[in-house]
Amino acid sequence: MTTPVSTTAPRRTPGYRFNLVGIIGFSVLLFWVVVALVAPWVIPYPVGEIVDYDYLAPISDKFWMGTDYLGRDILSRVLMGARYTVGISLASVTLACSIGVTLGMVAAVSGGWLDTVLSRFLDAMNSIPSKLFGLVVVAAVGSSLPVLVLTMAAVYVPGSFRFARALAVNINTMDFVTVARIRGEGTLYLILSEILPNILGPVLTDLGLRFVFTVLLLSGLSFLGLGVQPPYADWGAMVRENISGLSFGAPAVIFPCLAIATLTISVNLLIDNLPQKIRDRSDA
Amino acid sequence: MSQLVEIRDLKVAAKTDAGRTVEIIKGVSFDIAPGEIVALIGESGSGKTTIALTLMGYTRTGCRISGGSVTVDGQDMVQLSEKDRADVRGTKVAYVPQSAAAAFNPAATIMDQVIEVTRIHGLMPVDAARTLAVELFRALSLPNPDTIGDRYPHQVSGGQLQRLSAAMALIGQPKVVIFDEPTTALDVTTQIEVLRAFKSVMRKNGIAGVYVSHDLAVVAQIADRILVLRGGEVQEIGSTDQILHRPQHAYTRQLLGAFEPVPRSPAEAAQVVDLHPLLEVDHLVAGYGPIQSDGMPLVRALNSVSLSVHRGRNLGIIGESGCGKSTLARAIAGILPRKGGNIVFNGRELAADARHRSREELRDLQIVFQYADTALNPAKSIEELLGRPLAFYHGLKGKARDQRVEQLLDMVHLPKSVRHRRASELSGGQKQRVNFARALAAEPKLILCDEITSALDTVVAAAVIELLKELQRELGLSYIFISHDLSVVEAICDEIMVMYAGEKVEQLTPSDIGRAENHPYSRLLFSSTPKLDPGWLDSLEQDPELVRAYCRR
Repeated sequence: MTTPVSTTAPRRTPGYRFNLVGIIGFSVLLFWVVVALVAPWVIPYPVGEIVDYDYLAPISDKFWMGTDYLGRDILSRVLMGARYTVGISLASVTLACSIGVTLGMVAAVSGGWLDTVLSRFLDAMNSIPSKLFGLVVVAAVGSSLPVLVLTMAAVYVPGSFRFARALAVNINTMDFVTVARIRGEGTLYLILSEILPNILGPVLTDLGLRFVFTVLLLSGLSFLGLGVQPPYADWGAMVRENISGLSFGAPAVIFPCLAIATLTISVNLLIDNLPQKIRDRSDA
Repeated sequence: MSQLVEIRDLKVAAKTDAGRTVEIIKGVSFDIAPGEIVALIGESGSGKTTIALTLMGYTRTGCRISGGSVTVDGQDMVQLSEKDRADVRGTKVAYVPQSAAAAFNPAATIMDQVIEVTRIHGLMPVDAARTLAVELFRALSLPNPDTIGDRYPHQVSGGQLQRLSAAMALIGQPKVVIFDEPTTALDVTTQIEVLRAFKSVMRKNGIAGVYVSHDLAVVAQIADRILVLRGGEVQEIGSTDQILHRPQHAYTRQLLGAFEPVPRSPAEAAQVVDLHPLLEVDHLVAGYGPIQSDGMPLVRALNSVSLSVHRGRNLGIIGESGCGKSTLARAIAGILPRKGGNIVFNGRELAADARHRSREELRDLQIVFQYADTALNPAKSIEELLGRPLAFYHGLKGKARDQRVEQLLDMVHLPKSVRHRRASELSGGQKQRVNFARALAAEPKLILCDEITSALDTVVAAAVIELLKELQRELGLSYIFISHDLSVVEAICDEIMVMYAGEKVEQLTPSDIGRAENHPYSRLLFSSTPKLDPGWLDSLEQDPELVRAYCRR
């Protein structure tokens, strides 16, 4: 071999290219993330201020999405609601998946009593209905942002743990993990270097799905009045506040619903159409 | 028409993942006369199975016949409609798959599955079909031919199941049968019985056959003519005798050459004189399952096995599937902690569990697995794979590590350009070289090679064996070489240990093989290895007592 080695570029095959549906899903998700970030600077009216004497008003030049049951501007509230819905869901799902996936991989790699203890404990947690758990916790310690994030994370840790453990157990029996183990590698190296890269594709997909569940759970909790507290509101809370307008088709209840739908559907579309490169990792 | 099968300028195209169309069979032509058995031989990817399947007008998903004709008994399978093809399958052309275990439905009795063909095609009444099936069972020398059909597939052995799948193929009284590597997954002692049964039934009924195999010695026993394939093209076609004794094509000669490896010269082994054994295994016991009251596992896969390996010398471990040879390797490496006995390596006793061994002990004793596919992390580049043991054991970083990776690739004869590739972008032989280079990266004293050439093609395997010998000369390594293939072990080992049912049968040198004073099981095992002589199977006589004692046919 006489070719200079330094000039050989790394080979990159399929690449990180999205297909059309993936791009659409990604764009909608990106839109809501941007909205969540810039909301305070773009809202036309302050969130808590009653700006119209007509409550549950229709769409007009002044109020693009109408007004709510107190006469507050819906557009401003939807934009600010994105902060709560996207922010809280993202924070809690990230927390849930990092804890769940890490524990799942540790359980799979260690095996033995640690695996048994972790699995049984999280199975027990899994048996508590999520809404009931939320109700109890919020009723006990009151509703605040950290409490909401932690509660929802706790609800989704067991599922994430089980998912990651099932995948990791399969990888764990592969010879390359055995080779690393008898090389003398520690658990941290095994889970980060040998297991994680091989389960990343499905784990990311699972993260997306769980994000959707979290959005729906948050909306549900808010709908029950346990989520974000007035005068602020996430989308679920807005649906609840304006539910009385549903019978005469007020935009105040429709737009928050649309916001929830677009966010969850776009995440679903995105994870169903992840680039080949990421999906390939799972079935390599 | 004199020929039963006429294949003319057959072309098969396949679509790759990238959407490109590639031709995998590039214009193949040959004939099969009635009652003649033609073997298709070549390495994996040479198109031998693809060609055989076109006889049924079938191609695997993603492939299609793009040109030429396949005439079977006057009908061009390429032109037929799918419905007409279905009528031909089972009645004129039948198929015996490689893995009978995967081809049988575990939920139905064997008889129901064997006579299914006659039911689908409405060939004969059920009772007549059952009678015919029992006759076939008898012709294939299956035990209890009258009742074996009432059993379920998991209740018979692998060799029996393979013969039953032949019965399934023959029940429709086809004119030509396709055998797709039917004995590759079987033990050698079982293979003999299956081959014999196939041969006699085909000869008796005058059925033509296509026998797909990568093993020239097996093919020599059963085929009238041999077709040597490579890359979708016919390299050479000729009678079995001509191919074996007067090969014309260079590739055929290479195939034949790979079959008879050069043994390690005694002089080479004698150079190394070290009175202290490098590895001493004393009455090793290991197994699987829950621990019983006597402190032993439920299933004892290893029963008091002792061996020793000297520095610079190689020990071969040979035996059939389930004899405990891989368990032995795993117990020595500490993957499966031993339950009894002792392992002394380099003068120190090794802990039973690899987790309790020191880094130095782990470094000195490396293991290389059979399947490079699963032994190399698919998410990492070759550079990362080889770099990790260097960093882990020797603390090499940056440039020094890169240099060492290049050296290692050079040692196993791989170009430096593979550094940035992933394992999936390499061929089987290349992957196995990387797998081996990773073990070398640790700079071990002893390497446990667990069937490392078994998944490779003959020519590639021979090259890997040569590489192993070369590295041994340069680095003074020792190998424990585990294989079910006697010729491979003979080629590299100074001593051979024969195992049966978790016990050591005997230990001998390659020159002892074939002597009368060999242990009866060793004699049986050695005599069962197919030879490149077409008359070998017919002239082979084995003591039926011995066969009964040691074979699970």
